[in-house]
Amino acid sequence: MSFDPILADIRFGCGLSPAIAPPDSAAALLAQLRAPDAIAAAFPVETFPQFRQRMVERARQTKIRRNNRGTPQAEAARKAARRLNQVARKDAMAWLAHHMLRRTHTQNPFRERLAFFWGDHFTARGKQGIIWRGTSPYVESAIRPNMTGSFADLLIAAVTHPLMLHYLDQWNSYGPASPAALRSRRPRGLNENLAREVLELHTLGVDGPYSQDDVRQLAELFTGMTMQVQVGFKFDKHMAEPGAEMVLGKQYGGTDNPHIRDVQAVLRDLSVHPATAAHVARKLAVHFVSDVPDPDLVAAMIRRWRETDGDLGTVYAAMLDHPGAWDMSRPNVKQPVDFIGSACRALAIPPDALTPPDEKALQQRLFDPMALMGQIWERPEGPDGWAEADSDWITPQGVAARLQWAVSAPQLLMPQLPDPRDFVISALGMRAPRAVQFAAAAAETRPDGVGIVLASPAFQRA
Amino acid sequence: MTLTRRRFLTRSALLGCSAAASPLITPMAFASAPWDNRLVVIILRGGMDGLAVVRPYGDPDFAGLRGDYAPGATEGPADLDGYFALHPSLRPLMPMWQAGHLGFVHAVSTPYRDKRSHFDGQDLLEAGTGSLGDGRDGWLNRLLQTVPGAEAETAYAIGRDTMAVLSGPAPVSSWAPDSDLALSPQAMRLAELVMSEDPAFAAALAQAYDLAGSDGDAVETAPEMMGGMSENMIRTQASGTEGMARFAAERLRGDARIAAFSLNGWDTHNMQARGLARALGTLSQTLLTLQDGLGGPVWKKTTVIAMTEFGRTARINGTGGTDHGTAGAMVMAGGALRGGRVIADWPGLAQADLYQNRDLRPTRDMRAHAAWVMRGLFGLDRATLERKVFPDLDMGADPGLLL
Repeated sequence: MSFDPILADIRFGCGLSPAIAPPDSAAALLAQLRAPDAIAAAFPVETFPQFRQRMVERARQTKIRRNNRGTPQAEAARKAARRLNQVARKDAMAWLAHHMLRRTHTQNPFRERLAFFWGDHFTARGKQGIIWRGTSPYVESAIRPNMTGSFADLLIAAVTHPLMLHYLDQWNSYGPASPAALRSRRPRGLNENLAREVLELHTLGVDGPYSQDDVRQLAELFTGMTMQVQVGFKFDKHMAEPGAEMVLGKQYGGTDNPHIRDVQAVLRDLSVHPATAAHVARKLAVHFVSDVPDPDLVAAMIRRWRETDGDLGTVYAAMLDHPGAWDMSRPNVKQPVDFIGSACRALAIPPDALTPPDEKALQQRLFDPMALMGQIWERPEGPDGWAEADSDWITPQGVAARLQWAVSAPQLLMPQLPDPRDFVISALGMRAPRAVQFAAAAAETRPDGVGIVLASPAFQRA
Repeated sequence: MTLTRRRFLTRSALLGCSAAASPLITPMAFASAPWDNRLVVIILRGGMDGLAVVRPYGDPDFAGLRGDYAPGATEGPADLDGYFALHPSLRPLMPMWQAGHLGFVHAVSTPYRDKRSHFDGQDLLEAGTGSLGDGRDGWLNRLLQTVPGAEAETAYAIGRDTMAVLSGPAPVSSWAPDSDLALSPQAMRLAELVMSEDPAFAAALAQAYDLAGSDGDAVETAPEMMGGMSENMIRTQASGTEGMARFAAERLRGDARIAAFSLNGWDTHNMQARGLARALGTLSQTLLTLQDGLGGPVWKKTTVIAMTEFGRTARINGTGGTDHGTAGAMVMAGGALRGGRVIADWPGLAQADLYQNRDLRPTRDMRAHAAWVMRGLFGLDRATLERKVFPDLDMGADPGLLL
């Protein structure tokens, strides 16, 4: 078991492409992460600061409406606000198409896979109004630029991001003895949601060495972090609980001047905690290699994490350099986003198939089928994101939806489908199973032949 | 369920005629149910706030924690028994309550304590074990393992969520009523061929094919297939909880005896008046749909248990919501139920009565109530329930949940 270009493209990239050669070494795969992010420019997704301007405008219209009740001006503002929501919904659908086009045409597919992995590890989403559409901009701004440096930087970028503060209720959490809580007429208090998920999901893991007291103390330490539509992230010291907090036996804060530096300090310590190294390194191996990764592979990644204080680029290198990364005995099943993305890449669907975006067509070709496969785009049920276990995806309705998409969607995306007898080799490489080669040739129509190849376990596993 | 290739080919060949969509003529529809009674388990994911749903307005400390929630005759909370009142959003269920087909168990929990994680809490609730890591089967699956004659058709996991409560070695069926399969017979045969070497895919496809023909939105017939592909073929059906409840009722009227699905939206950290009303509206609609779909005679044999991973904090938090807590309430319904009661060994809400000074104190393991229901419905002996289905459970005294 050692580096193999085809497996590299399938397992760590977005699948084989008829137009783009697979990487010829682990070094080449890693070099993808240092290359300029040209594909992001070709198929843009709005940054969060840009996206926030939509929230600002929405708030402005709401204010106009509130201040002019019963007037034509209020009615115009109501319509304008609704229009803003519609445009955001339409644009979010276009961003989904751009994610798929990035996967289809990128020279650096490992970057796309990592952006999805980390966006999922740090799941955040809007809960009401226009911010409902903010997930892709969050990933574009907080995750994508921070995937190869230290985990601390990524952790801080994600946990302090306005969308995360909104999603896990931090924006509205007040230190019980903070000046803002004491002078407020409304009851103001602590919300421990973000603190709990940072320990349980983002860093130590649920089996990690923390207690309810640590959750509570971390929640108190987090007070002060908030988000405002007009400015985005804000540290409001009036919301911060006075005094020091003890998290995992170490004291933070406690100066007269609460500061975001205290939050950053605890996150930096959490990022290098051995339990964090074990939890997150293992999750990487499970996501990219197998539900039951070689323990020695995981151990090598943990070791590298601890040697480098969580330098992610070198942790990826430790994974790719280990023979366990190339083990084919228990391959993963692709998640729906990876399945559809790799199908688009195998077909090399042209950009205009998904642009200019016809919202309804995109919904029918991408969003709805993914939902039936079990993945409602950017709407996982909870902050733990999407399931890693293959058994969560290989269900009757999941397999039915994949098969249905495979035989019906490609022809809507491409004017001319490839000959299935050629496609089976370009999509699966020279080791396409004989049964799949037979089926590709035996299909009655091109769409059926292409669909059967895509639906084969050989294509659906990585 | 394993479907032999031969059977699969038979069924594929039938696809060309529209009658193939009917489950009645397929060789899969054999009646085999081990008992006549029905059980529906609903997992309320997110942590339902039992104190807001079944409100102990008779407790002198309740108003201090939650405000003045005096019941009203026609609006606001509905009085249940002079001590507890029902959340206004469940008022549509009052006829069910009055008929004795709706009941509640209060101040109960799983054995899960203190970390208050949704995911661990749900894992433990569905595993039915005393602590995490004691195995990955769900308790409904272990129930099926004890029953000779249980087929995959006996139990259904419904909807897009994974139902860990039903997973395990005993075969079960699962289906999202909004899935569909529309393929030519040849494509279906080839799909079966390419998946045949991969047992997980092969089993899932076989089951999907079986279900797609019987969930009300028929498998497309061959002539339509030849007419070219339409956008319709990849379009989803309207999803939703009502579809799940309808599908559950339909299967339970047939050979199925157990159905499980989940209702989400209970994690009300923020401004919970709004979110909770929405979630309860869905719960109410689901129970009414089940009652309606099952119809009188089958409803009479049915018990519905709705349970959640934990309750929420006794106090309202700083953002008009509640945080993860410990004990909560369990909702029960069905014509087999001796309802019209709130069963509770009420622990009180005074500061000193709260668990860890913050949560409603658990007074009993809710697995005991589920076990007593299964004992009544399925005639399982106590040793099986206490050792196999819910390991290390002490069922305690019979709460007399069923008629």
